[in-house]
Amino acid sequence: MYAYDELDRTLINERVSEFRDQVKRRLSGELTEDEFKMLRLQNGVYLQLHAYMFRVAIPYGTLSSKQLRALARVGRRYDRGYGHFTTRQNIQFNWIKLAELPDALADLAEVGIHAMQTSGNNMRNVTSDQWAGVAPGEVEDPRIWSEILRQHTTLHPEFSFLPRKFKIAITASEHDRAAIKVHDIGLRLYKNAEGETGFEVLVGGGLGRTPFIGKTIKPFVHGRDILSYVEAILRVYNQYGRRDNIYKARIKILVHELGIEKFAREVDEEWKQMGDVGLTLDHSVIEEVRSRFSYPAYEKLPHMPDELKQAAHDPLFERWRGNSVFPHKVQGYSIVTISLKPVGAPPGDATSDQMDAVADLADRYSFGEIRVGHEQNLCLPHVAKRDLPQLWKALDRIGLATPNVNLVTDIIACPGLDYCSLANARSIPIAQELTRRFANHDTAELIGRLHINISGCINACGHHHVGHIGILGVEKNGEEFYQITIGGRADEGAQMGTLIGPAIPYAEVADVIEDIVEAYLALRDRPEELFVDAVKRLGVEPFKERVYATR
Amino acid sequence: MTSPLQQKIKITGPSMVTANRTWDGVVIYRTAQQGWSANLSDAAIVRTSDEARTLLGEATADDVGAIGPYIAPVELKDGGEIKPGNLREHIRSEGLTIDLLPVPA
Ligand code: HEM
Ligand code: SF4
Repeated sequence: MYAYDELDRTLINERVSEFRDQVKRRLSGELTEDEFKMLRLQNGVYLQLHAYMFRVAIPYGTLSSKQLRALARVGRRYDRGYGHFTTRQNIQFNWIKLAELPDALADLAEVGIHAMQTSGNNMRNVTSDQWAGVAPGEVEDPRIWSEILRQHTTLHPEFSFLPRKFKIAITASEHDRAAIKVHDIGLRLYKNAEGETGFEVLVGGGLGRTPFIGKTIKPFVHGRDILSYVEAILRVYNQYGRRDNIYKARIKILVHELGIEKFAREVDEEWKQMGDVGLTLDHSVIEEVRSRFSYPAYEKLPHMPDELKQAAHDPLFERWRGNSVFPHKVQGYSIVTISLKPVGAPPGDATSDQMDAVADLADRYSFGEIRVGHEQNLCLPHVAKRDLPQLWKALDRIGLATPNVNLVTDIIACPGLDYCSLANARSIPIAQELTRRFANHDTAELIGRLHINISGCINACGHHHVGHIGILGVEKNGEEFYQITIGGRADEGAQMGTLIGPAIPYAEVADVIEDIVEAYLALRDRPEELFVDAVKRLGVEPFKERVYATR
Repeated sequence: MTSPLQQKIKITGPSMVTANRTWDGVVIYRTAQQGWSANLSDAAIVRTSDEARTLLGEATADDVGAIGPYIAPVELKDGGEIKPGNLREHIRSEGLTIDLLPVPA
């Protein structure tokens, strides 16, 4: 948990009253939409098909139960009783009235939540591993560094008027759960041979119209130098970045056009020239931020409590435990992923009632803390193993114990044409149909880890390029069609998927995905060979043949 | 930003002008009475590019009342009923094509 200081609170409150005034002037006609648009985007307010959409930041995916209840209340009071957790550790509300937005912001400000850095050409919410601070084998809590970067970049002039939006993700584990290779800057925290803590710095990753995997620009930057190094990257980007063409304005295009070596040289040059600009982090500054992250007072608990031994006789519990419960760095505790992907439901949506219930469960079983991951699921980071059976029963009662984490029905999907004004095609109904096709948990377990990612247009909010199976909505003569890619991945081995052939009409997508999965089951050389690994070994041909031979 | 009026306007069939209402974001349609309605059935229908330009011009002039007006196609049924002319407008007019969250048991 993180304790905001007074400065943050003052800033957040000032922003709320500023926005209240701006909304008032917009509604009275004093501000035109052209003038107001920038201002609303700075406060996370977009226009979608049916209404305004309000995007709220959940910095590095950490929420207190109090904050989650505040989100639930916003959903209930100002929206239609639900919210949508996104792939960037934000939550979106889809039906908010502009006239009521200042009140919603004020309610959230009371619990230290805001919508800054969720839109516009600035530094966005710095994302992190949802298991930060609790993952076994982690170097240290990466959120300390997310927070240092957040403080430095919030409203900083160098970062507020960038050529385009800018996204940073940080991980401190071997296994990358933060998708750092598809961010503008990806930071991997590790200890070098001398035992010093620092970062491998990657730059130029991103999805969208022109997807790129981030490249390593510097293998090791000492922790104390990370702000000045990031600043050097931003300066080079600000200097060269294309402001004339939004499609070319992202840093990934610049890195691609200059080449990573030249870009790295430019950054190094800039870094040297900057000299000491007061950005070197004192040990005391790092420690100060570290001290504001509090960790629970864990008890000394047995590795295998009696409660767990008894519950192991219940196959339904065992299935959930085997799927959704993960090792914790402290003995006797677990990390529990709460799947927001029940069969037939829109991926990542949670009702206000569910949010309230999860907040209560977090109070009872997870020291009042909840995490949000980029896979659009929630997580309780500190659950004592003896409490797992009770927690499971409680989650099941509110429809949140679907044992499908990392399985074929744990689908990432953007809002698509049901909500989004930029969409070509729908995403959510495709996801819903797929969850029904693969609703049988035995089948899903047999298939094993398989990530399906769906975007309704090339902006790639649903990360389709890096799905093991990616589905991209396109439009052909006014009809919805979908391009299918396979073999992508978003983790430390990040890679773009390969297109298998011509786009497929809406009604056939679920059949095609079933065909691909069946082909995989027939072709894998052993049950442990994951779908992505089979695609890597076999290439796309056999899958392509299976899909198009009869179509 | 280019104003919608500076863009070339060319329609190929019966069309209407639609936008979102400023204060709450609700989908609205420009009426023949120089107002707005949340019902597609009240929409003013235009058939030529000149008519479309004029209607869009009126709509755009109401910057306080509406946000992002644009021209969109409609389908006219035999009885004169107005239907959305494409899927996007269908979804804007009829709402989500998905069920909301299942009510937990
Ligand atoms: C409906 C409102 C939304 C709009 C209008 C919107 C718009 C966009 C646009 C225009 C881009 C491309 C930006 C660029 O390439 O520079 C983008 C990227 C992105 N969006 Fe959204 N988005 C929306 C909702 C969402 C949601 C719900 C999610 C999460 C589920 C999301 C996650 C992302 C991510 C992760 C990217 C980055 C892809 C990349 O690396 O380029 N967005 N969005
Ligand atoms: S991918 Fe396209 S359709 Fe989906 S939310 Fe992003 S902009 Fe909208």
